[in-house]
Amino acid sequence: MSTTSVTTGPTTSPLAAVRKSLGGDVRQYGIIGALLVIVVLFQVLTDGKILLPNNVASLVQQNAYVMILAIGMVMVIVAGHIDLSVGSVVAFVGGVVALLMKDAGAPWLLAVVLGIALGAVVGAWQGFWVAYVGIPAFIVTLAGMLVFRGFSIVLVGITVASLPAPFVAISNGSVPALLGFMANRDVVTLTLGAVTIVALVLGQLRARRELVKHELRRDPLGAFVGKLVVFSALIGALTWILAGSKGGTPWVLVLLGVLILVYSFVMGRTVFGRHIYAIGGNLNAAILSGVNTRKVNFLIFVNIGALAGVAAIVTTSRAGAAVAAAGQNYELDAIAACFIGGTAVTGGIGRVSGAIVGALIMGVLNMGLSIMAVSTEWQQAIKGFVLLLAVAFDLLNKRRAPGR
Amino acid sequence: MADSTILEMRGITKTFPGVVALADVTLEVARGGVHAICGENGAGKSTLMKVLSGVYPHGSYDGDILFEGEPCSFRTIRDSEARGIVIIHQELALSPYLSIAENIFLGNEQATRGIVSWTRTNAEAAKLLARVGLDESPDTKIVDLGVGKQQLVEIAKALSKEVKLLILDEPTAALNDEDSEHLLGLIRTLRAEGITSIIISHKLNEIAAIADRTTVIRDGRTIETLDMHGAEPVSEEHIIRAMVGRSLDHRFPERSAEIGAEALRIEDWTVHHPLQHERVVVDRANLNVRRGEVVGIAGLMGAGRTELAMSVFGRSYGSSITGRVLKDGTEVHLHSVRHAIRHGIAYATEDRKKYGLNLLSDIKRNITASALGKVSQWGVVDQSGEARVAGRFRTDMNIKAPTVDVVTGTLSGGNQQKVVLSKWVFTDADVLILDEPTRGIDVGAKYEIYTIINRLAEAGKAVIVISSELPELIGLCDRIYALSQGRITGEVTRAEATQETLMQYMTMEKEAAR
Repeated sequence: MSTTSVTTGPTTSPLAAVRKSLGGDVRQYGIIGALLVIVVLFQVLTDGKILLPNNVASLVQQNAYVMILAIGMVMVIVAGHIDLSVGSVVAFVGGVVALLMKDAGAPWLLAVVLGIALGAVVGAWQGFWVAYVGIPAFIVTLAGMLVFRGFSIVLVGITVASLPAPFVAISNGSVPALLGFMANRDVVTLTLGAVTIVALVLGQLRARRELVKHELRRDPLGAFVGKLVVFSALIGALTWILAGSKGGTPWVLVLLGVLILVYSFVMGRTVFGRHIYAIGGNLNAAILSGVNTRKVNFLIFVNIGALAGVAAIVTTSRAGAAVAAAGQNYELDAIAACFIGGTAVTGGIGRVSGAIVGALIMGVLNMGLSIMAVSTEWQQAIKGFVLLLAVAFDLLNKRRAPGR
Repeated sequence: MADSTILEMRGITKTFPGVVALADVTLEVARGGVHAICGENGAGKSTLMKVLSGVYPHGSYDGDILFEGEPCSFRTIRDSEARGIVIIHQELALSPYLSIAENIFLGNEQATRGIVSWTRTNAEAAKLLARVGLDESPDTKIVDLGVGKQQLVEIAKALSKEVKLLILDEPTAALNDEDSEHLLGLIRTLRAEGITSIIISHKLNEIAAIADRTTVIRDGRTIETLDMHGAEPVSEEHIIRAMVGRSLDHRFPERSAEIGAEALRIEDWTVHHPLQHERVVVDRANLNVRRGEVVGIAGLMGAGRTELAMSVFGRSYGSSITGRVLKDGTEVHLHSVRHAIRHGIAYATEDRKKYGLNLLSDIKRNITASALGKVSQWGVVDQSGEARVAGRFRTDMNIKAPTVDVVTGTLSGGNQQKVVLSKWVFTDADVLILDEPTRGIDVGAKYEIYTIINRLAEAGKAVIVISSELPELIGLCDRIYALSQGRITGEVTRAEATQETLMQYMTMEKEAAR
């Protein structure tokens, strides 16, 4: 008759113990673990080809666009919206940038700046309809997807090729090996890697000091040190491999590093970021807390527009030409990366780092399957299953641990 | 005897974690009569009806239900409907873009082998509409109907299910006088056809007009069942006494606040419904509150308490709002929540899960949500400062959580409420409007909330408390306004306040108030 209440006290199953030592953030580490498993799997299946230095470099260069778009997309999805137009915007902005350089004779740097600005304008256009008119983002960006694809075909025709060399170098070039080589490895890359590791350790130590000072929840010391060691080792290994590649550190990796840092800061530390989580977590509560929801929504779309502009430059540079059909399905890649990376479908939860790892998983799948000569049709099907499994895992995980 | 009794509920006890909603309730409903149930907000009326209709399945409560002499163990609403028990909720459950006929037969489609016969659907619907006296075509869409007519569609839908016992929850709360009159007439007609009705209502004159028997429920218990046609007429005072005899056993902490200058004054405040623009929700309300004072607003469901508060708080509710708001003696125009916060007004909602907290986020982020500017510079949040602020509130308000980065969704109701209060105190508001601050909170936490309210008053804040619990208002407030149908019908000081006087004001009809 009477229902017994479910005890929510600490459980002592081995899984819970692992959970606890991971600081309760199973999802975040689970996804990194999944990435590592996939890498190791392909390492075996491809006889070690996937981690060859040149392959790692081109993995980054080929997937930079997904990561850039995923950064913008994670903000859009956390706020409870969606953006289906980014692929078309990439083609449109790419076309304009190419024509600026080819026909208008603009210097490449100016064209790049104008391209990003154009992306922001496109974002402002869509943001206006979403935030101030109140049309659901799904509709607005679906319309944008058609509109900007149409514009890009009108502008570009089929392709605009033979772009200036410095522009093409953005996505194909690397940081010059100014410091020479050490044991046949590029010293610039090694230095960058070392700096990253030092910054990571110092940043984590500082953050931990703050947590201790304010008596906030933190990992046990052992887990904390263990995590630092693992992450440092991973970065170190990646650096070592990359340093042996043909060019060293690709320019886009530097760009990505900066974007990840900046946007992690925006989402984690700024008022703007806080408001995005507030809107996605409980829109009514955000309104009644005095959050200017319209302005925030508008800026989210301006932002993803600008990032689509960046992705357009990276894509156009990589191809060495503007193509009217460029950016096909990019929106779906970015959205999938977000969801694989733990972003909640209903908004309110999601991290830049998660979306990046999600994008990497997709990228590794792409590259690994390509090396294994799996046809693109099958690649697509496999990626679809991975997306479904990742979200299903997430859901089951949540159901098993009620109230986190 | 058994034949004249259609429904018997015996010893019904229903508990929720930490709360006894119904304690040994007994209800006997005579066949072919109109049985009224009345009681204050939260007395347990709706819970009782949910037990009866199977919303709370058999096994989740104790006690027996006998319908037409047979024991019932309903697991879903479908089970109770199959026996002829139909409940019509206050919030109507019609699909707005379907037609009347489609709604009436929703889930009971007039179909042969899966193919819907629209001729039969519309013909049957037309017959039912004639029975309830609704002069509309069966293919009219629900959105094109007023609330009164929608109610009639609900009744027609009930009739289509061969209803024997019709339960109406506050059926006239949203209706105008004409529609109410028609509805009551219909209930009488149905009674003549042998359909038994249970009607939950706050309107005592309505109960007097239609009910054959009235059961009063208070604090989850049956207080008494009155025969409305007995030798001695039942007076409204009698019913009110039975409704409010709530125990005054809550203790209230002492307050030694000095009452100072007027902080907020609202003049001739009129608010219309956000969608039905002609409907007046708050009608020329006047009230004021001074620094150091705790002022209560009493009112039954639908009286317009929350609507009044939210319309003042940056026009978060309503349309065509007129009237004046004076803060510290000067008129202010609060066009948005941001304006209201900037002018030192705070509103803590009655529904903290839906409107108050981001349940996905942690304690510290919720506390700073309304005044993030205070812990940030150049748009960057000072996380160290934020943690310090949150830690201070955790201690001050006694929020029971190991750290301030615990997700609020996992906290108990009382602790969630303390987070909400912390959030508004952190905005440095001078006027705090607290809507049902102790709803769904256990007794211990209630006492803590009262202490916090007293501390706020002692710190010179003006506090407005909206509550359904009269003892709480009487124990806590210096003055209490009573609200009925959007009008302020009375104002009493703490010394003169009794539950009976307040309830008289709260049930006062429009005409009487004029």
